[in-house]
Amino acid sequence: MKLSGGDLLMRALKDEGVKFVFGYPGGAALHIYDSIFKQKAFEHILVRHEQGATHAADGYSRATGKPGVALVTSGPGATNAITGLATAFMDSIPLVVISGQVQSHLIGTDSFQETDMIGISRPIVKHSFIVQNTQDIPRIVQEAFHIATTGRPGPVVIDIPKDKTDPSQLFEYKRAKEISLRSYQPRVLPHPGQIKKASKKILSAERPVIYAGGGVILGNAHKELISLNKLLKAPVTNTLMGLGAYPAKDKYFMGMLGMHGTYQANMAMHNADVIIGIGARFDDRITNTPSMFAPNAKIVHIDVDPASISKIINADIPIVGQVKESLIALIKEIKRAKIKIDSEALDRWNIQISQWREKHGLDHDLYLSKIKSSMIAPQVVVQELYHATQGNAFVTSDVGQHQMFVAQYYHFNKPRRWINSGGLGTMGFGLPAAMGVKLAFPKQEVVCVTGEGSIQMCIQELSTCLQYNLPIKIININNEALGMVRQWQDMNYGGRHSASTYSDSLPDFVKLAQSYGHVGMKVTKQSQLKKTLEKAFAMKDRLVFVDVYVDPNEHVYPMLVAPNGSTKDMWIKKNTKA
Amino acid sequence: MKRIISILIENKPGALARVVGLFHQRGYNIETLNVGPVFDGSFSRMTVTTRGSENDVEQITKQINKIIDVIKVSDLTEGDHHEYEFVLIKFKHSEKIQKILKGLNGKIHEKNKDVMVMSAWGSSSDIEVAIKSIGKVNLLEIARSGSIGLHEGEKVLKI
Repeated sequence: MKLSGGDLLMRALKDEGVKFVFGYPGGAALHIYDSIFKQKAFEHILVRHEQGATHAADGYSRATGKPGVALVTSGPGATNAITGLATAFMDSIPLVVISGQVQSHLIGTDSFQETDMIGISRPIVKHSFIVQNTQDIPRIVQEAFHIATTGRPGPVVIDIPKDKTDPSQLFEYKRAKEISLRSYQPRVLPHPGQIKKASKKILSAERPVIYAGGGVILGNAHKELISLNKLLKAPVTNTLMGLGAYPAKDKYFMGMLGMHGTYQANMAMHNADVIIGIGARFDDRITNTPSMFAPNAKIVHIDVDPASISKIINADIPIVGQVKESLIALIKEIKRAKIKIDSEALDRWNIQISQWREKHGLDHDLYLSKIKSSMIAPQVVVQELYHATQGNAFVTSDVGQHQMFVAQYYHFNKPRRWINSGGLGTMGFGLPAAMGVKLAFPKQEVVCVTGEGSIQMCIQELSTCLQYNLPIKIININNEALGMVRQWQDMNYGGRHSASTYSDSLPDFVKLAQSYGHVGMKVTKQSQLKKTLEKAFAMKDRLVFVDVYVDPNEHVYPMLVAPNGSTKDMWIKKNTKA
Repeated sequence: MKRIISILIENKPGALARVVGLFHQRGYNIETLNVGPVFDGSFSRMTVTTRGSENDVEQITKQINKIIDVIKVSDLTEGDHHEYEFVLIKFKHSEKIQKILKGLNGKIHEKNKDVMVMSAWGSSSDIEVAIKSIGKVNLLEIARSGSIGLHEGEKVLKI
């Protein structure tokens, strides 16, 4: 049977196993939308802004491991998708974003709703296609999914001029059995020689640290990571993107590292003699000043992307390969090795880390000094949330102080539970991302922890949540200011709060939630917090917006001293360096 | 230090823009750029010259390699190589310029009462020297091809 371009696209998406398409129609996408109307393979979720579509597809992908799909129209539809594309690109999330384009003969004429989507998105996509022949649509879709999901994953754009989906032009649907691109063959297996060298280096370590990032989650290698450390018994830290890759409850887990990482994790990195970087990219939030980073450490670096290796910190033993395959090979090699790790040295090292934890560990500081006030500490909100959800929820967040508090105080034991924009730091990400997660896991608790700043960047998606009955729980950590901006202004700009406050003009979030057809709750006192959360989570079939007013003067600590600091240089609380 | 990077890439619309865009995006500068179809015409070969440290060039080549349409990347300056550049020069009659270009495989393509057009080719550094010694007097226009190059010996850039 011959199909139109729009129907070819539907068929191709179906054959990729797509269950949800997040989108927003418009002129150039109307043929496609007519094809959507006639198909049953996937559900189309109508968002309220294209940014929401891309973040929702992104959240879906992060939670499920499958590629997310968004569909937008040309011009403003395409440009509104840009922030979401950049967000996915920075965190290596596999997305396929389909954009309508004006008709081929109008391209380049500044026609209505025309924008050069391929040009605009070029630096923030893994790859992009423009459809020049309708019959290529099935192949392009297949290649797009292949590219998005293999190697180092990332977003792929397919730009489709309107005439290529003309319902009167019909073509045969052909799907290749497998995809092979002569210019794209990402490395899967690590080099055996490098694995041998790495094993030797690791087993000769006295102060090893495993530093594991988002690549472990993207590469579905968390079990291998756990197995590796059953052998090594080394302290483990996760990046912001890697939280959940190693169980937080494990005694070898030191918490997150980096800018707002734990004291023990940052100290361990600084004092390590061997750092085993796994699916992490030594970015500037991790290393602080690169020339002062881990002065005595040899670096073993496993990554699927060769360009991530020795980009910022020179790797002594680079290993290019899929994280899972690389860890399997490394585990095998370590088991087979004749030398054993010096367990006495390792015990001393683990004791040292416990001492650091005792001295300045997170909870230590919180319980000693913060609980006393009647105002709610934002950290306590996250701790109460952890208890209310038994640590089992999918938690999305926006960007800022609240994001760091979740990273520090919600202890993730499983991968793909912590959904946040780490690389780009996109405010507005949390709510639409939570929609994608909730659609994928309707029976699981999905919480969006946000702030009164971030939530207003994609608040319109509350309407989408009503339409598709998505009973997400939104915890709005409300400090009546752009908290992280204000923290920097407190610390570096003499407390001049330039354009970071708006307490006189915040909406009544309870009424706002109600006007969108949801439940709103407000908490201003510590004594109400626990009960309100319990009440909110008891409302299984409703979206509840919990607006929690917290101590506006709270800062996120620890915090690396920058510029010109190493990872041992930390602010541990206000005006106090470790 | 000057680097000559050779790239074998799919001859597809937009492929060139991906490479050129990447240089800007990653903060590197392109000094010269040459591109043309090779083999069966489904490939293009690009030659980019840039300046940078060894680390810079390693990062550039890795990033270029990540472009999906790119098949192979090689830094010719890493080893022995051939490198040439072709120029076309238009000038008012000048014995001096003629002589300089003759020394660089110069060839006359047009000669009338007002202007001459000559071509010349040689290593980029020879071309640079020649252009400097030509100066501004009598010179009307220069078009440079940018460097092209090949590895010496058996090493090749192909699929």
